[in-house]
Amino acid sequence: MAAEKIMKLPIAKAINESLRRAMEDDPKVLVMGEDVGKLGGVFRVTDGLQKDFGEDRVIDTPLAESGIVGTAIGMALRGYRPVVEIQFDGFVFPAYDQIVTQLAKMHARALGKIKLPVVIRIPYGGGIGAVEHHSESPEALFAHVAGLKCVSPSNSSDAYWMMQQAIRSDDPVIFFEPKRRYWDKGEVDTAAVPGPLHEAVTAREGTDLTLVAYGPMVKVCLEAAAAAAEEGKSLEVLDLRSMSPIDFDAIQRSVEKTRRLVVVHEAPVFLGTGSEIAARITERCFYHLEAPVLRVGGYHAPYPPARLEEEYLPGLDRVLDSVDRALAY
Amino acid sequence: MTVESTAGRKPRRTTAKRAGAKKPPAAAAASAAAGQPELVQLLTPEGKRVEHPEYSIDLGPEELRGLYRDMVLTRRFDAEATALQRQGELGLWASLLGQEAAQIGSGRALRDDDYVFPTYREHGVAWCRGVDPTNLLGMFRGVNNGGWDPTSNNFHLYTIVIGSQALHATGYAMGVAKDGADSAVIAYFGDGASSQGDVAEAFTFSAVYNAPVVFFCQNNQWAISEPTERQTRVPLYQRAQGYGFPGVRVDGNDVLACLAVTRSALERARRGEGPTLVEAFTYRMGAHTTSDDPTKYRRDEEREAWEAKDPILRLRAYLEAEGIADAAFLAALDQESEELGRHVREAIRLMPDPDTTAIFENIYADGHALVDEERAQFAAYQASFAEEGN
Repeated sequence: MAAEKIMKLPIAKAINESLRRAMEDDPKVLVMGEDVGKLGGVFRVTDGLQKDFGEDRVIDTPLAESGIVGTAIGMALRGYRPVVEIQFDGFVFPAYDQIVTQLAKMHARALGKIKLPVVIRIPYGGGIGAVEHHSESPEALFAHVAGLKCVSPSNSSDAYWMMQQAIRSDDPVIFFEPKRRYWDKGEVDTAAVPGPLHEAVTAREGTDLTLVAYGPMVKVCLEAAAAAAEEGKSLEVLDLRSMSPIDFDAIQRSVEKTRRLVVVHEAPVFLGTGSEIAARITERCFYHLEAPVLRVGGYHAPYPPARLEEEYLPGLDRVLDSVDRALAY
Repeated sequence: MTVESTAGRKPRRTTAKRAGAKKPPAAAAASAAAGQPELVQLLTPEGKRVEHPEYSIDLGPEELRGLYRDMVLTRRFDAEATALQRQGELGLWASLLGQEAAQIGSGRALRDDDYVFPTYREHGVAWCRGVDPTNLLGMFRGVNNGGWDPTSNNFHLYTIVIGSQALHATGYAMGVAKDGADSAVIAYFGDGASSQGDVAEAFTFSAVYNAPVVFFCQNNQWAISEPTERQTRVPLYQRAQGYGFPGVRVDGNDVLACLAVTRSALERARRGEGPTLVEAFTYRMGAHTTSDDPTKYRRDEEREAWEAKDPILRLRAYLEAEGIADAAFLAALDQESEELGRHVREAIRLMPDPDTTAIFENIYADGHALVDEERAQFAAYQASFAEEGN
């Protein structure tokens, strides 16, 4: 049992502690995936768990993503609560069929008689200089599917608590872990009372414009807000935390105050999370908006080779450029 | 790696016919002579009981009549459903005609605590599990997408995406093993599904975790229009060899053999010896579904040849020859069949269309803000017509 105290932990370790606590609290919680056992995962997120909970609960699986998710569904039907790891974002697609056609729909197909408490952890996003298929942000492809919930923490405390909540959820949750922030440290209060899993949180208050981001982009947006403050611009930063459902009420409240909105994510802008937010906030806040909702994100291009990723990813300057454009209206 | 095929015999290659097969063991002579690998058979197409060196079965008259009744009623239900589709009561029906023995034999091998993962054609297995046949019609009528509680009969929802359920069965079986239970799990799929990656992955997972699962492949020779030769170069049961567990081909139109072989595979799973692949060699006598036209891709002679191996006729011949089924039994069964048909007809016509709000129900167990919002929008939109009407 993790001692209930305030700890300063990197995000990866916060998730590790959260998994440990969940496994201690509920014998039905299992961890499974490629290399999650003996190695502790390629990012060491599951480090030490197999040693303490055994091979029966921390399961090294064959190298087959559809098999991992498909068998996790079967174990959930048997009463277990599997937490599966997909090693990298770009490797989830062999499991996409099981996730979309089976996992997402089974509760409804059984008219609610069965539950599918499966968590799928996906380290996602770029910025680590990786080879192809190791830097993608596929969250919109999952948020689009009814029956799934999609969340992404931006800091250690959320990583810890959102994982607790995702595991307790009776619905399938895709848990997007911002891999380039795995080593960022933050405080985790293991005795805290967390807010609801799918509520957005104001990461910084401001009055002139709202930046909405989640996962790895929250840090960039906070840096942008700090830079803008030096120029006398007051930016509010909303950490969305959940991409399905999306806390539109929180965004609306902020936009009614600031009247301008820029949505930032690593994923391609086209048909991305930001597109949905732009459409719905335009509908909700049409008479409050002073500028069109702008989006900053990836391009409609394959994720580029690592030497180009700094140009592809939204950084401080691209966020501030969009802020300036929105403020110019 | 030892191949635990039907009786420890060497599997024969499909090319045996052209190459000229060696003389096969007597028990398998009939099938091997036709150029096919040997298959376990306990009841010939003519209704003659034969022995098999590895698989035996000893059923009393009551049990034999029970299997016959199961097959007759399943066929009657299936025919009724096909007719209901023709009458417009169902949007689609996937007939099991010809596969009664494979389904009843395997279905009756199961214990109550075993768990079944079916395709969308397992009406006979559903019958064995005690699922109300009318429940099976909901998805084909379009009133739901599944519609029964899988846990009440340990019979999972029909699965349409081919082969997906093999992995669910494997995971469930891994859970059974974790629980220390001695239940077994059975996954149904067909010859077409054998090409799916999910089936291959299920074989891998079940093998490396030694999961108590039986893979019951009904090779009905056709995946819609594609013959088994388009799916495989080796007899399907031989696939198991590469994964490290036994595979066996059984006469899928022989209910006794299907029962014996499945029972043996389930017992093996219960003993902790891991998975088995059973290939039930059978024939889809009807169309793939009511939307299909098999005259486009197969010859009448083929169907006629398989009709001579009909699973129901052969058991009836045996029961009559042995004096196990008399005229009174058969007459009573005819009447029961007609009553079942009538019950299904009446039930389908009484089956209500779902309330429109069902669109938004049971999508999430813990709710979802967007679903709530859209449900409310939909209700307001619907209500607007009522207001206009006033």
